[in-house]
Amino acid sequence: MEHVVIIGNGISGVTAARHIRKNSDKKITIISAETNHFFSRTALMYIYMGHMKYEHTKPYEDYFWKKNRIELKNAYVKTIDTNAKTLHFAEGDTLNYDKLVIATGSKPNKFGWPGQDLEGAQGLYSKQDLDSLERNAPNNKVCKRAVIVGGGLIGIELAEMLNSRNIPVTFLVREDSFWNGVLPEGESAMINRHIKNHHIDLRLGFNLKEIKADDNGKVKSIVITETEEEIECNVVGLTAGVAPNISFIKDSRIETNRGVLVNRHLETNIPDVYAIGDCAEQRDSGIDQRRPIEAVWYTGRMMGEALAQTICGNRREYKPGHWFNSAKFLDIEYQTYGWVYGERGRPEYEKHFHWIHEDDTKCITVAYHKDTKEFLGINTFGIRMRHETFDRWLTEKRDVDYVITNLLEANFDPEFYKHFEKDILAAYKKNLQTA
Amino acid sequence: MSNKINHSMSLAKPDAQDISTKQKIALATGLVGLLILVLAFFNIDFPNRAVFLALSLGLITVGTVVYSRDAYLTKLEGIKNDGVWFKSISSRGVIGWALGVVLTAFYIVLYFYPQFLGLGANGSANTGLIALFDPLSNLLSGRNASQWFVYGTLYTIAIAVFGYKFILKYRHNKYQQLRTVSVIFFQLGFAYLIPEFMYVMNSDLPYYDLKSVWPLNYYLFQDYHLNQFLGAGNIGIALIIFGIVSTLVITPILTYKYGKRWYCSWVCGCGGLAETAGDSFRQLSSKKMSAWKLERWLIHTVLVFSVIMTVAVVSSFLKGSWQDGVFVEGNYWLSNEGFLIAIGVLLTIVFVGVMVFKRNELGKDARYGAIGYAIVILSLFAIYFTGTNEEIFFIKSSTLKTAYGFYIGSIFSGVIGTGFYPILGNRSWCRFGCPMAAILGFQQRLFSRFRITTNGGQCISCGNCSNSCEMGIDVRAYAQKGENIVRSSCVGCGVCSAVCPRGVLKLENDSMDGRINPTEVLLGNDVDLMDLLNKN
Repeated sequence: MEHVVIIGNGISGVTAARHIRKNSDKKITIISAETNHFFSRTALMYIYMGHMKYEHTKPYEDYFWKKNRIELKNAYVKTIDTNAKTLHFAEGDTLNYDKLVIATGSKPNKFGWPGQDLEGAQGLYSKQDLDSLERNAPNNKVCKRAVIVGGGLIGIELAEMLNSRNIPVTFLVREDSFWNGVLPEGESAMINRHIKNHHIDLRLGFNLKEIKADDNGKVKSIVITETEEEIECNVVGLTAGVAPNISFIKDSRIETNRGVLVNRHLETNIPDVYAIGDCAEQRDSGIDQRRPIEAVWYTGRMMGEALAQTICGNRREYKPGHWFNSAKFLDIEYQTYGWVYGERGRPEYEKHFHWIHEDDTKCITVAYHKDTKEFLGINTFGIRMRHETFDRWLTEKRDVDYVITNLLEANFDPEFYKHFEKDILAAYKKNLQTA
Repeated sequence: MSNKINHSMSLAKPDAQDISTKQKIALATGLVGLLILVLAFFNIDFPNRAVFLALSLGLITVGTVVYSRDAYLTKLEGIKNDGVWFKSISSRGVIGWALGVVLTAFYIVLYFYPQFLGLGANGSANTGLIALFDPLSNLLSGRNASQWFVYGTLYTIAIAVFGYKFILKYRHNKYQQLRTVSVIFFQLGFAYLIPEFMYVMNSDLPYYDLKSVWPLNYYLFQDYHLNQFLGAGNIGIALIIFGIVSTLVITPILTYKYGKRWYCSWVCGCGGLAETAGDSFRQLSSKKMSAWKLERWLIHTVLVFSVIMTVAVVSSFLKGSWQDGVFVEGNYWLSNEGFLIAIGVLLTIVFVGVMVFKRNELGKDARYGAIGYAIVILSLFAIYFTGTNEEIFFIKSSTLKTAYGFYIGSIFSGVIGTGFYPILGNRSWCRFGCPMAAILGFQQRLFSRFRITTNGGQCISCGNCSNSCEMGIDVRAYAQKGENIVRSSCVGCGVCSAVCPRGVLKLENDSMDGRINPTEVLLGNDVDLMDLLNKN
């Protein structure tokens, strides 16, 4: 019986395992040194905030794995010998495979800041990161202040977490407005205000120079590059993005760049070795306008589904459809469908229509082609939109007039919610007249 | 128990979530109000009962209101579940268990030992806690209080003040606000005030909460109730007819249009208490597969029991009754035989209809349904053929009635259903025991326009939805497959949708087409792959 070994028990690896089991009788082993069972990484923040406990973040009950004959091995892979098709573990034992799936995910970026490895300086990606946060910031007496470095989605989640325990937070963001590499300026500015409304000390346009240690080798303070200001703190959150977690592969024959290089079929340069999820990097460039490495929950899931078909003898390309994503900035939900660029990297043909509600918690931005008026994408804040509708409109290549006129069709807000489609349409018409 | 790692050596409360000074004062105020009730319970006789009752209920209300305002209005609008699994009361900690024991004890006393609450026996005056409520009862209906009046008053206040807290907590969510206002309205008006006023107008009428539908109010068709109705002239007859119509006609129509939520989370008092006073415990319901299996057996068994009991009771009522040692044959336009045949025909029509039109939708459940149906039909035969007195299966129907009232009506719905809020979650009665929920759920599963839809591929499997589902539905299991949620147990509270950080869930009434999609329909993936996955 063919033995499929999957390194990593995140969404990618587990989805692959589930679909391989659906389609075949192969022997399946999942290896992880992080946790015994699959859990939802996206919910780590809710454990710290006390909304859930660790066991609630497991999408499948513990009996699931045995019932579906998926073997789980808690171990750390040290090296891969692709000639002998053997994995060598840190504990010294080995395991042979017939097909190998690398699904090891990401690790937080560290850019060589002095003191970045001190106790109290950490990212937020793994269960271990959460445990160490619980150790270093159990409450506002042990952790008098925390500093977060890096203005992305994990950074703001970490800020929300610490805020839930009344720990004062200073949030250093390199850009001059929050996440404006991705978000158009109106949205980014609204989120700046929202962050400050939560009494988070948001410092825009600042970089970390160094992290200083106390006598016990723990974080004591940080220094800001621009002002040389020193801020006392007990925890430093390093959330300047993530990078593929593949250091153990570097010495093998498997070709890597920033991630494990794969083709559209998720195959590496070595036969019977595949890579999926955060750690996989598309050769040449990304698919469509996507980046070559996408650390997104749903792409991991989709790669797992596609690869399972390939491994079960039904070779398939990985074809993600239209781009979409979502997040939550403290109390404001965010969804995006299609492509809406921030200042950075915006194509010259892309024009925006922006509407913001006077309460400063809801806004939308619609991107369209300035000549053809083709609808390119939408960002919505504080208004839920229906994925299916936008997926269809993007496929049908609707124009922007159609989208704005029919926006109500795409609304996904709960019943009895106030609707803003009329206001948006009115603003859009007015905008056209003045433009 | 709390999974919090506590590294603090402090002897003081190490919780990250401390309450503010204002909240401490509010808590003290409320506890003083509660203390008055406790003192009354221990037979302290207050000089001016009206004043002390008003003071007690007033302090409890003010305390809760001030506490809630400080908890929610000092923060921005949004989901505020911080620390629910750290707080002792809401994570089955010491306080949670203690509260569970106190509530359970209260229910046992209430149902089985009302004399401890001070109920005057054989016309003598009330004492203790019940006496404290006499002035209010006299004001409303001109009679002294009973233990049920005390309970009803406290119940109504609990729904109102915790409803207010709930509205503040979800003040960004119109659905939650409206539904809570509705629940407070129906409790205060229909369950509490109107029956008292009905008594004032016609003291022969039994207590009748108009919004309460059989089989939840299993006593509606019992002999003493029917006798009281029949003795109250046309209005009594009208109320019996209304009771039948609300069960057979109004309920299915509303459930078809809106799902069972119209009742369970907009109208019902049990649901009302669970949603308001019980909101802090919603995360405690078990989401395990084993709990789901138990739930389905238990709730349908209760339903079958409830149907048999009601039919037996009505049947023996129609046959006649023993009066002063003489059996007086019933003399109604509806004979016992006619009644049993009518019920048999009705049940057969429902059963055949389901089997013909909905067999595939029910799948395995159809077998369970058939077993339950067979039991009921056999019981009908047994009721018909077993002799002149009121026995079925050699058990008296009155015994059956008493057993149902004791085990289901009292122990299950009260003692376990509410007393165990802090242990089993706030809807354990609705989930495991309520026969009304079983009937409505059956209707909802078969023919309702209601469903919870999921938003394409946006689900990140975080589990907030499942965690906050008071009915123990593993909502995430559906959301991560992009599958509509059509579950008979869903009461449509909408909290899964509210807590979802990605906007994945929406409660909808829509056409019957495409309501059930037991396949993976995740968007974003290429369409061919999804077709392939669904074929396998």
